[in-house]
Amino acid sequence: MIKIILMLVFFICSGTGGEIAVTYGMKQIGEPKSFHPWALLRFLGRAVRSGWVWFALPLLAGSFYSLLILLSWAPLSLVIPASAANYVVGALGAKYILKEKVTARRWLGVGMVSFGVILVLATG
Amino acid sequence: MTREHRLRVKTLLMVLLMVVCANLGDLILKVGMKQIGAVQMSAPGIWQALLSTIHNGTIWLGILFLIGYTLCYMTAVSWADYSYVMPAGAFGYALQTILAVSILHEVVVAKRWAGVSLIVLGVLLVGQTKPSTTDGSQATQ
Repeated sequence: MIKIILMLVFFICSGTGGEIAVTYGMKQIGEPKSFHPWALLRFLGRAVRSGWVWFALPLLAGSFYSLLILLSWAPLSLVIPASAANYVVGALGAKYILKEKVTARRWLGVGMVSFGVILVLATG
Repeated sequence: MTREHRLRVKTLLMVLLMVVCANLGDLILKVGMKQIGAVQMSAPGIWQALLSTIHNGTIWLGILFLIGYTLCYMTAVSWADYSYVMPAGAFGYALQTILAVSILHEVVVAKRWAGVSLIVLGVLLVGQTKPSTTDGSQATQ
């Protein structure tokens, strides 16, 4: 069970880290000026030159591969609900990294998700 | 049919397609990993499993469904609010558990059902709060 929990932590942290890096990268690149093929190609060219996008790719690939490893070890009915723990990491990241104000209602939701994930993992 | 009614119907259909793609994608990935077997936590074991996943058609089919999910999700949120699309994601956790029981014949005890129910309610609660709680242009998750 410990190895499942450790892999779940890696899956969630690498996935969230990858998404944050993509968000940073895309904010620096800016949106495509139009949907004309040349504009989209220029946009793709800017994305390819972004360090953040290259930083995100191995993290997202690692996250996907760790999901496959988790699915090889544990039942689907355990892995997918347990992956909801990313809501908890997301809320903590929003509060402590992005300095967002997280409402009491959102904390209540996060608390319910956390308790739900603990219950699901306890059946593993 | 009014424009609003048309938008509602097509968004609902896109959200349904999104849920189907996400759940089928995960289900097919599980089937593919069952074919490959449990990954051994050693460098050769991880490398061997990586090669097996690359050469497994079932895994690629699962990935195709997950790409379909991403496209449906992007389309749905371009038509409707995130708070309208998001609850489908919450119910996906319950639907996935039902599929695991009915198709993969997994045994789900009452405690796991209770956990899944709490997760669904918690995700719904998180999604029903204001999407932005900061001043200026900062956006929340």
